[in-house]
Amino acid sequence: MTPGATPVPGVAPVPGAGPGAARVRVRLARDSWIIARRDLQHWAARPGPVIITLLFPVLILVMFGYLFGGALLVPGGGSYRAFLVPGMFVAAVLFGIETTMTAVTTDRLRGVTDRFRSLPMAGGAVVAGRCLADMLGSALGLAVLLGVGLATGWRDHDGAGRLTLAVALLLLLRFALLWLGIYLGLVVKGPEAVAGVQILVWPLAFLSGIFVAPSTMPAWLGAIAAWNPLSATATAVRHLSGDPGVTGSSWAAGHAIELAAGWPLLITAVFAPLAARRYRRLDR
Amino acid sequence: MPGFAEAVVTERLTKRFGEVAALDGLDLRVGRGTVHGLLGRNGAGKTTLVRILTTLLRADGGRAEVAGFDVRRQPAQVRWRIGLVGQQAAVDEVLSGRGNLILFARLHGLSAPAARRRAAELLEQFGLADAAGRPASTYSGGMRRRLDLASSLILAPPVLFLDEPTAGLDPHSRAEVWAAVRRLVAGGTTVLLTTQYLEEADQLADEISIIDRGRVLAAGRPAELKSRIGADQVEIVLRDAADLGPAASLVGGAVGARPHPDPDTRTLRGPAPRGVRALTGALAALHDAGLVVEDIAIRRPTLDEAFLQLTGPDPADRGAGHGDEPGRARAAGTEVAR
Repeated sequence: MTPGATPVPGVAPVPGAGPGAARVRVRLARDSWIIARRDLQHWAARPGPVIITLLFPVLILVMFGYLFGGALLVPGGGSYRAFLVPGMFVAAVLFGIETTMTAVTTDRLRGVTDRFRSLPMAGGAVVAGRCLADMLGSALGLAVLLGVGLATGWRDHDGAGRLTLAVALLLLLRFALLWLGIYLGLVVKGPEAVAGVQILVWPLAFLSGIFVAPSTMPAWLGAIAAWNPLSATATAVRHLSGDPGVTGSSWAAGHAIELAAGWPLLITAVFAPLAARRYRRLDR
Repeated sequence: MPGFAEAVVTERLTKRFGEVAALDGLDLRVGRGTVHGLLGRNGAGKTTLVRILTTLLRADGGRAEVAGFDVRRQPAQVRWRIGLVGQQAAVDEVLSGRGNLILFARLHGLSAPAARRRAAELLEQFGLADAAGRPASTYSGGMRRRLDLASSLILAPPVLFLDEPTAGLDPHSRAEVWAAVRRLVAGGTTVLLTTQYLEEADQLADEISIIDRGRVLAAGRPAELKSRIGADQVEIVLRDAADLGPAASLVGGAVGARPHPDPDTRTLRGPAPRGVRALTGALAALHDAGLVVEDIAIRRPTLDEAFLQLTGPDPADRGAGHGDEPGRARAAGTEVAR
């Protein structure tokens, strides 16, 4: 029983306050899972939004692959759809930022975040639980897209080991964008900002190697696009799966895998501390 | 059971948001097992205080203890001993009522079976058992509030913070929440309640602190405060505005305080310290003088009027000569001041 608390009939003894370090880690893992499982319960209770989130990249893949794709040439030759599928993996990862931001903003504005913060739970569990749930969601989304990609003729040419590395790089980018999403979700005023981000992801995606190769753009735009972190991951995935379009003379194009690891680490290094600090000091 | 003498103690607590001093050296003591009402207008600092006491916000200066623990140095200890009901019903809209309670119970460290048991008890206690399986988004405002309240009582915390718990509720839902709070208090919980409504503080609180601009203006039992705030107010509407002058003298003589005439509405307003009996005399005097009364009403002083009694006229009227910063004038209360 917690000292000072009124005994509650039917309530089992509560883990003591101020436990040791090992205990804290157990508590963090447990509480994070409880928070993440809340999202899974949401998926079960309201499957609509999840299905839309899963199918939206598929829709874009079909639109670009079959409607625009015929008019697009891949530098160095090759099928546009084979070029597009790895790009869509990155786009799906990018869209994930909206899921994160919506969840964080909604909880914050409804006062649920404050309730969590006033509970005797492991510090960091709210954020860790959010990470866990969103990574699970994105992994599921990538699996769906991988299946659709295979069904539309995309093939992984270079073996399971390199494909695993490609998936790892995609999830690493998702992890980085998660922190950006949490940070934005904590600082924005209201849900209308989420709509703003939903719009802004498009120029960000177009100004990258997701849909077309930067080498086909005007030189100065192409240079920006080549250095876009999204391009690094897209090019790295194409490289690892042996897909066409891995051309271009820029340093960025030649070191895509290094950049696909470096950019997310940098984004995480900037936004994870910012988000954590913001979460601890939600001042209003 | 190891205890604490006072549920909440603050000393010279300060918090600034930019240029605005939300708390300006606030001192407060809340005795164990009591209900303490924090009464103040919007922006008085009530919510800032509750957020500091519930470890959500750090004070800039001063000291605060809840249940015997320093909120800054021992926030984890404080969190084990408090419940918080914020201004909005902080419940998960997608989960059911039961799902919400199980979630929060698990996060309080209960095992899954214990969480289910506790959720069932609380649903029963707060009259939500029938709606337990429905998503919280389908609940009425009052039900949502009760679920919110139940979610903050998982461990039956010794100190409960209610930040404007009935804001935005209809009268029926408000009565439901009041009844729930009374039951808790009967069980020995200390409650710190913020409200903008004099009536709510009066209904629920053993002690009231009136706060304004981050300081306690006055504190005491409701009866003491009411006597300081002033008695009931009387309003007499005359048929003819020209009668206001003579009528004010007659009423003043009968009730013991000269009322304030308002020619626009042909109304006399003023305190009625001697109550209804004196008023009967005033009416008789008006009748004898041939002055026609169209309407008469007695009402409790409003919060704005209470502030006027405690602070004097609105700061805008007091002017900068009294050390008030210009530009801090508030719109509320000015109507009464003039």
